Amino acid sequence: MATEVSQSQARAPQPGIDVPGWLRKNLFSTWYNSLISIVLLVIVFQVVTGFFQWAFTTEGWIAAASNGRLILVGRYPAAELWRPQLALALVAVLLGLSGGVWRGIAQALTIGFAGMMLVLTALWTQLPPANPPAPLTTELVLVGIAALVGGAYAAGRAGGERLRWPIIAGWFLAYPMIILILQGFGGATVPTNLWGGLMLTMLLSVSGIVLSFPLGVLLALGRRSSLPVVKFFCVVYIELIRGVPLITVLFMAQLMLPLFLPSEVRIDAVVRAVVAVTLFSAAYLAENVRGGLQSIPKGQVEAARALGLNVVKTTLLITLPQALKAVIPVLVGQFISLFKDTSLVAIIGLLDLLGVARAINTQPEWLGFPGGVWRETFFVVAVIYWIFSFTMSRSSRQIEANLNRGAR
Amino acid sequence: MKRQLLIVLVGALAMILAACGGQTPQAPASPAPADTSAPAAPADTSAPAQPEATEAPPATTAPPAGGVTEQPTAGGRIQTILTRGELICGVNQVLPGFGNVDSAGEFSGFDVDFCRAVAAALFDDPTAVQFRPLTAQERFTAVQTGEVDVLIRNTTWTLTRDGSVGLDFGPVTFYDGQGMMVRIDSGIETLEDMEGATICVQSGTTTELNLADNFRAIGVNFTPQVFEDADQTAAAYDAGQCDGFTTDKSGLVSYQTKLAVPADHKILDVTMSKEPLGPSVLQGDAQWADAINWIVLATIQAEEFGITSENIGDFLTSDNPDIRRFLGVEGELGQGVGLPNDFAARIISSVGNYEEIYNQNLGPETPFNLPRGQNALYTDGGLLYSPPFR
Repeated sequence: MATEVSQSQARAPQPGIDVPGWLRKNLFSTWYNSLISIVLLVIVFQVVTGFFQWAFTTEGWIAAASNGRLILVGRYPAAELWRPQLALALVAVLLGLSGGVWRGIAQALTIGFAGMMLVLTALWTQLPPANPPAPLTTELVLVGIAALVGGAYAAGRAGGERLRWPIIAGWFLAYPMIILILQGFGGATVPTNLWGGLMLTMLLSVSGIVLSFPLGVLLALGRRSSLPVVKFFCVVYIELIRGVPLITVLFMAQLMLPLFLPSEVRIDAVVRAVVAVTLFSAAYLAENVRGGLQSIPKGQVEAARALGLNVVKTTLLITLPQALKAVIPVLVGQFISLFKDTSLVAIIGLLDLLGVARAINTQPEWLGFPGGVWRETFFVVAVIYWIFSFTMSRSSRQIEANLNRGAR
Repeated sequence: MKRQLLIVLVGALAMILAACGGQTPQAPASPAPADTSAPAAPADTSAPAQPEATEAPPATTAPPAGGVTEQPTAGGRIQTILTRGELICGVNQVLPGFGNVDSAGEFSGFDVDFCRAVAAALFDDPTAVQFRPLTAQERFTAVQTGEVDVLIRNTTWTLTRDGSVGLDFGPVTFYDGQGMMVRIDSGIETLEDMEGATICVQSGTTTELNLADNFRAIGVNFTPQVFEDADQTAAAYDAGQCDGFTTDKSGLVSYQTKLAVPADHKILDVTMSKEPLGPSVLQGDAQWADAINWIVLATIQAEEFGITSENIGDFLTSDNPDIRRFLGVEGELGQGVGLPNDFAARIISSVGNYEEIYNQNLGPETPFNLPRGQNALYTDGGLLYSPPFR
């Protein structure tokens, strides 16, 4: 009986994909459309074959390959590599647990992360052995981390709901913990001028995002405040920062700061970059959030007041959640651009992902390579940037979709 | 009330702006180096191909007026460095042979080794140095504000930089100069062989002028192919549009890495202009400047004495009073410039003499194989000459 019902409710048969029909309709409907299609096809074919020919025949990949460590962690000392590995493992556990508990986006990210680790492992086995050899081979670490993600995922599924709050707390603690792990405590510290590569890029962008978000929200609220001093300060700050390019702020932080400080005080270059990126990003974020706040109908606030909520509660419970939800795409766009903007620190002499690529290009080993190795190194770096930016933009779409479903 | 507050704030802002404005009249002093280096072109030898060359606009934040702002405190710069426990050395990170980062994450290069020499002299530890990579635009600001203790970043010693930029230059570590790159199969050995040749050169630089002057002086006819920027010039040469390509020698070396078949080209052993590269420090701390001077000179003097990192043990027991004083076995030479007496011995044993530094980074064993040319000792017909250590 049940089977009959389900059969009768089955969807109407999908028309099979009619390839020639589709082609005729979309590409060859008129003679000029056909002409354009053919010309474009030829161009696309040329470009694609040209690219693959280059990708498979060039020998320049060796430059990026033999500098794997430089790309990932910059000048971080080889003996201390367990620190970034430990930090990565920490993220892996948290991500796996979140994936198991929340499913959805977190699950997709978990799978992506584990997949990435395995791909990296496969790539790493193709590389020349590390010099000097690490105590624990990178392949082993990567596979271990992939396994860790899997294990954490299973644990998350088994644990279910009651893990929810510990995980959230874990994420909040993860950022300071990772900094502490990377920097080291007690006697053995790794000075930040040795941090670099992807690690530095991630650190700068995550710090920028994590720190600029609350600051930006505060600035947005401050700009709408009825207190003149607060409002004036916020307006001045936002407009001042938005009026100058990021590179100017970075340049000020890196080179001009010593002028304003006593000569014994030196603030770490990475800290300065983080502060500059945060302050810069916060101003833009504030404007985005303000846009969201303005989109909330006045009736919402009035209704909240009528219910007896005070200003703080109205803001925290009524306006802000709605405003933030409305601006998620803009915020994520801002975060993506922040992530890419961190490459500007290469100009002020930090060895971030892009800085490392530039340094690799000029290593004397690649003198004999026809045309240099910059195409390959920059390509590798571009792919890394793309993977992260694309992940962020997909996640934001997912979050948006989820939130809309809740609203319906 | 509200209005009053606003007025006060505006007033405060105006004062801040006025204070900032006070610096602007001096500001031109700092952009000046950028201008002077442009004509001397690759003088700022990093110019070739480094993307930074095109990224000039960001650096327009009015840099502080030099020299005036950060006066060394009573103890002087050396004391600050010794207290800090490490030297902060401004270097290039994208110029092959002079300063870049190898795959193990270590800085290497000719300039970088001089940073290590300074660290060795101060701390007896060549690793007690923090390298601060700097771009061409920010390097002088970094010295002026005290962000770096010493700048050793292929910087040409010019009057403007020594004067209005507010730097003090040490002895020349590398006599760079305009060079000429040709194809090996062309059979060209000297400029005289280039009769009727087409030469790729960057426009609006002293390079162009130097080229014309040099060829006129030797009475050789040539056709210049002029290009707007340095990358185009190299690309045109690579494409076979010209028989020769001229820019600074150290720049030529880095361009050679980017040609289609680098091994088919060579750099002629001729020098057409003066681009003396040397270390520089902030003006106003004579002791620190003296220390840098004599650290560099010690590497040169060591080569003249024939003392290397390998045979220094034999020289320490030498009877020659000059050598004994030089190595700090007797006498108190170092103290006069604020350094330990055995600073020369420290430098030689941990970094090496000038020849070792040169060969390590630019010599025949390296891919560059740059002939010593002017960078040989005066006894070998070069320009390296150290005043006596006594």
